[in-house]
Amino acid sequence: MTTLQIIFLIIAAITLVSACLVVMTRKIMHAALWLVLSLMGVAMVYATLQSGFYAVVQILVYIGAISTLIIFAVMMTRNVMEDVGPQSNRGWGLAMVGSLILFAGFSTVLLTWDKVQTNLLEIPAINGENIQMLGLALVDPMGFLIPFEVASVLLLAALVAAIFLTSDIKRSRS
Amino acid sequence: MIPLSWYLIFSAALFCIGLYGVLSRKNSVAILMGVELMLNSCTINLLAFWHYYVQVRQALQMSPLVFAAIIFTVAAAETAVGLALIISAYRKRQSIVAGDLDELKG
Repeated sequence: MTTLQIIFLIIAAITLVSACLVVMTRKIMHAALWLVLSLMGVAMVYATLQSGFYAVVQILVYIGAISTLIIFAVMMTRNVMEDVGPQSNRGWGLAMVGSLILFAGFSTVLLTWDKVQTNLLEIPAINGENIQMLGLALVDPMGFLIPFEVASVLLLAALVAAIFLTSDIKRSRS
Repeated sequence: MIPLSWYLIFSAALFCIGLYGVLSRKNSVAILMGVELMLNSCTINLLAFWHYYVQVRQALQMSPLVFAAIIFTVAAAETAVGLALIISAYRKRQSIVAGDLDELKG
């Protein structure tokens, strides 16, 4: 067992435990904070996959923006569910059984593939994640220019929709 | 030196935890958190298979990276719109329990 494997196991354990706490904690604010830890662990997993760019993007987008947004939403809707009473609905047992069955199914299907035990070696830098090539591919009309533009339009639409939904247009007009 | 299976099992576990959160939580914000976990596990899968492909074929491949970037974009858009919907529903109904938002029920 190499050092990298031990590091991966520690990161994976932290991530999975905090993900379990995200879905099981009674206090929704604590769940939001556990989510931050879980996303941080996922960012470290990206780093072990030699995609440092995505680790940085994960920290910027998920931990910087999305977690802040979720924490704001939790604070704005705080007094509704006073962290008392059951936080999960009646079907939680069924949900747990379903998730476990799905996990077992995933594992069985994955482990039947004979290449699954391939060791992911360190790929040389020339073939690795090449940010310059990624940037060129994103603006290449033969490459991914159209998905790139569609993604920006999607972000713009989400921006407009979020502003429209949260502002009380009818009330401000009258 | 990490086997590919570790990443795949890890992301499957993360996906199932997120799925359990989506199915079992009452609070709408907590449901969104479960969706975030599921999206993250998908990105881990994409990047693991990207690494595998580059290692086996010894060739540069950009599609998985672009796909992962688009997942990030979609996740950001989804969270923004979802939280806006939740706050809008909270203003109207004073409740963010998913079971209470049943106005559209016949």
